[in-house]
Amino acid sequence: MSKARTELKRNIKENPYLLAGLIITGLILLMTIVGIFWTPYEPTAMNSAEKLKGVSFRHLMGTDNMGRDIFSRVMYGSRITLLIAIGTVAIGAGVGTIIGALTGYFGGMLDEVMMRIIDALFAFPSILLALVIVSVFGTGWIQLLISLGIAFVPSFARIVRGEVLRCKNMDYVENARLQGVSDFRMIFVHIVPNIKGVLASSIMIGFNNAVLAEAGLSYLGVGSQPPYASLGKMLSDAQQYMFTMPTYVLFPGAIIVLMVLGFAFLGEGISRWK
Amino acid sequence: MIKRGSLRRITTGALMIVLTTLAIALSGCSSDKTAGDDSSKITIGIPQDIDGLDPHYATGAGTKEVLFNLFEGLVKPDENGNLNPAVASEYTISEDNKVYTFTLRDGITFHDGSAVTVEDIKYSIDRNAGTDGSEPLISSFSNIDSVNIVDDKHVEVVLKEGDSDFLTQLTVAILPASNATPETTPIGTGPYKYVSSSPQENFIMTRYDEYWGDKAFIKDVTFKIEANSDAVVMDLNGGSIDMYARITSTQVSQLNENFEVYEGTMNLVQALYLNNAEKPFDDVRVRQALCYAINPQEIMDYVSDGAGTEIGSAMFPSFTKYFLPELNDTYNTDYDKAKELLAEAGYPDGFTFTITVPSNYTQHVDTAQVLAEELKNIGVTAEIQEIEWNSWISDVYSDRKYQSTVVGVDASTLAASSLLARYVSDAGRNFTNFNSAAYDEAYANAQATSDDNAKTEYYKECEKILSEEAASVYIQDLPEFVALNKKYTGYVFYPLYVQDISKLKLATE
Repeated sequence: MSKARTELKRNIKENPYLLAGLIITGLILLMTIVGIFWTPYEPTAMNSAEKLKGVSFRHLMGTDNMGRDIFSRVMYGSRITLLIAIGTVAIGAGVGTIIGALTGYFGGMLDEVMMRIIDALFAFPSILLALVIVSVFGTGWIQLLISLGIAFVPSFARIVRGEVLRCKNMDYVENARLQGVSDFRMIFVHIVPNIKGVLASSIMIGFNNAVLAEAGLSYLGVGSQPPYASLGKMLSDAQQYMFTMPTYVLFPGAIIVLMVLGFAFLGEGISRWK
Repeated sequence: MIKRGSLRRITTGALMIVLTTLAIALSGCSSDKTAGDDSSKITIGIPQDIDGLDPHYATGAGTKEVLFNLFEGLVKPDENGNLNPAVASEYTISEDNKVYTFTLRDGITFHDGSAVTVEDIKYSIDRNAGTDGSEPLISSFSNIDSVNIVDDKHVEVVLKEGDSDFLTQLTVAILPASNATPETTPIGTGPYKYVSSSPQENFIMTRYDEYWGDKAFIKDVTFKIEANSDAVVMDLNGGSIDMYARITSTQVSQLNENFEVYEGTMNLVQALYLNNAEKPFDDVRVRQALCYAINPQEIMDYVSDGAGTEIGSAMFPSFTKYFLPELNDTYNTDYDKAKELLAEAGYPDGFTFTITVPSNYTQHVDTAQVLAEELKNIGVTAEIQEIEWNSWISDVYSDRKYQSTVVGVDASTLAASSLLARYVSDAGRNFTNFNSAAYDEAYANAQATSDDNAKTEYYKECEKILSEEAASVYIQDLPEFVALNKKYTGYVFYPLYVQDISKLKLATE
């Protein structure tokens, strides 16, 4: 325990990326978690007397076209955005790792078939794929989460398969094989832990892509349903007020940028872990 | 690399100078000429592509509003909601409302110069009525028994059953029978004639100088398709379009001083349409409770800065003859009364329902959000479900699989029946499943009588029933803002979904 702690301390000291990533991500998470229990205003409460107001003490980020407090809505919106991003990466990385590890380890017919399916999925842009899935299953953030998750499977499967292929003929694997370790144990106990570095940074990159994909899809109107809004949806609602009330579009946009930046730093920091 | 860049800069600079000089020279040129000459032109932005040039087959409202300038029927609507003779110079209607006789206007010609004949009239009406055995293009034309040519000046339309509203249907375009390709070479009798069109780009028309009536003022008209609604304000301010109909109040606030904004109404019945066959809206008390909880003025304040006209029934104010302003007060906001009604109906703690809204209509989505907030006051939770327009048409409108929806319903003709027919219990368009014997009777009476005053009274009775029974929660007729460059003037609003370009003129005239 104390060894892990000193290792973390040393890394933070020597690795500015990790430090910056932890701070930014920490702040975003703090804001989101506080938003679960408390927001300055009800995120859906309207006020006709304060439509499209700028930054003030009453409304830290101003108000939108219905007089709703943007700060409260950002707190709520980042929760949806984070949930979708985490869910997407969980599905993508989970399913992708299993498929990649199995196909990479066993090879042969299974590998051939799975990889062609993955190729076919790759042929679609992931946003288009998600759009198709949403149009079949309907709109809403859970559908969005699942469809983005499926769209993210191929890239994880590819990466893990490549790594497993690289590892499976290494000496430690041969060694374990000679000891009669089962295939299942071989994959998930011996090989996968050895590729965690690559996996961790691709999860961070995946996280960023998921935040951006959610923003993009919500912008197209398939994500969260009004009156609640994810950050991407807020951006899309705000665009027609871009010139009259810039704060409406700037704050949700800034939070998306910070979120992506935080995760990018974190990923970079983890990959430089010593 | 650097050299190349600077070279390009020099070229661009030179080009700019040349262009600026040219622009100054040209503008000098145009200001020399007096207004109203043959160089007058206007560019008008439209939101969607033209989906067909054949007026009988065109379906999009956005297409019809453009084609209105090219084609005319036997009669033509005007801005006050009257029907004026157009291709026909006069008409008579028989006592039993079964035989409509039209006299062809003297000397009227098509855009290709040929004279309009009675055969053309018969051809055009038959084409819509599906006399060759096909499905009629206009459903009410199935009532046509025959179209007879009396002599080379007169045509009579004989109906199977008397219908005093039938004249409103005869605005259907008269086309030359000889034109084998109306889809690519549209020929009509309107104040403008077709020049060219490019998909996703523009639609160009020019003044028809042999027009029988008041000739148009502006010679060349280009409709430019503005696929991206965000670019509208920029294009208006930048001067690449001179007019745009139906801009939002937000866009209005971003226009520069070169524009005059005309405010009218969209001629839509916007309402929270309730599926009367679906629980809990099968109970009239629940529907009334919603009416008491909703404040249309508040919705207008949020959605369009207070613009819009409150309505209390399925009729909008442009139909002055039928509109009943007093119905706005059937339900004034009263939360206690609403809660009382809910308790009586067995929902003392409120309930949860879904509002399905077409996602492409911002004003309806925004309205739904305000509605949801207002309904919280009586403990009712409204969940909003955005749906794509084509799915809305199939799921909500055709299959009636929904609880409630916010949408605007328009009138296809100048008859009150075009708004009221859909509430008859067994009407195919009755997507709210409204069911009232009293209504059916009042509507049938209105259809049966040929006396215009009695008919109007029956229609008013229909509106009152809709209001009392709270068929749906009627909200407003949405405001319509038209931005027109101050170089031009003369924009008129119609009670129908059309843009009459022939009334526009240069401001200096």
